[in-house]
Amino acid sequence: MEKENLRLDEIIREENIVFKKTPLLTDKVFSYCPGCGHGVVHRVIMEVIDELGIQSETIGISPVGCSVFAYDFMNIDMQQAAHGRAPAVATGIKRCWPDKYVFTYQGDGDLAAIGTSETIHACNRGEHIAIFFINNGIYGMTGGQMAPTTLPGMKSSTTPYGRDTRLMGNPIKITELVATLPGTYFVTRQSVHTAVNVRKLKKAAKMAFENQKLKKGLSFIEVVSNCNSGWKMSPIQANRWMEENMLPFYPIGDIKINGNFVKRN
Amino acid sequence: MAKIKGAIVIDIERCKGCELCVDACPTDVIGMEKKVNSKGYHYAAMEHPENCTGCVNCALVCPDAVITVYRKKFED
Repeated sequence: MEKENLRLDEIIREENIVFKKTPLLTDKVFSYCPGCGHGVVHRVIMEVIDELGIQSETIGISPVGCSVFAYDFMNIDMQQAAHGRAPAVATGIKRCWPDKYVFTYQGDGDLAAIGTSETIHACNRGEHIAIFFINNGIYGMTGGQMAPTTLPGMKSSTTPYGRDTRLMGNPIKITELVATLPGTYFVTRQSVHTAVNVRKLKKAAKMAFENQKLKKGLSFIEVVSNCNSGWKMSPIQANRWMEENMLPFYPIGDIKINGNFVKRN
Repeated sequence: MAKIKGAIVIDIERCKGCELCVDACPTDVIGMEKKVNSKGYHYAAMEHPENCTGCVNCALVCPDAVITVYRKKFED
């Protein structure tokens, strides 16, 4: 045991660090529930900005929803937008400063419900921004009400017997929807429930920021995430549930790369 | 033969005890501490440090960025 302790002392040294919290995240503790996917997405975006060295040239737009305080956690220039209007604000900022990197960070209540028109028109105009869309199939902040992305038959506080598609309509696959517009250059869907998926998301996020230099269109990244408080599950259960129910409906993968559709088997 | 050994350090006060790292660890290194931090969460800790390979899986899935990972190669 003593030898083991000696070993640990040898391992835990500054020069052996392989992973640590990026300095672009502030020291403030996230306001999210334990196990929430928002934290991972925040970290991945900040790591990408750190690696590209564009901290002073990036402007983020935070939404309304659970992630409304994103500006407190991200150590970059941030702007808060009215509910759902983040793509419109991002458009204005990008047109004033065409050389800056601009991204919006939005949830499904913000992007797919109240901000549908702003999102679709920003995608259609082909603004050179990146949109990060966190989809957990529920309104997390307000208490787990039904969202446009809630799965058929899924229980929420406003659909206690499950979503009835005859009464409440079908869920919107907003990512497939914007992929059909000519203004989008890169459209993908990722998730953050395993380490492999986190690495893939990081790759996609890097591509989204690099695409802004090309000025060829909008990059849209959907992240399928969990909401363990809203779904009334433990974080591990929520990830399992997401894998079994959300991912068959919202399949992970690239939909459009460099303006061309990716062929799927 | 060279052996690669890893270790993790957890920022106890930031940890919210979601246990996602316990689930993600392929060598069952991490467990939950019986003690709680100042917010009342059972925080994650290294239960079997001898098995850690420094694969970074736990740090990648951690939603609160509390895990720092170290890795060293031993020649013996």
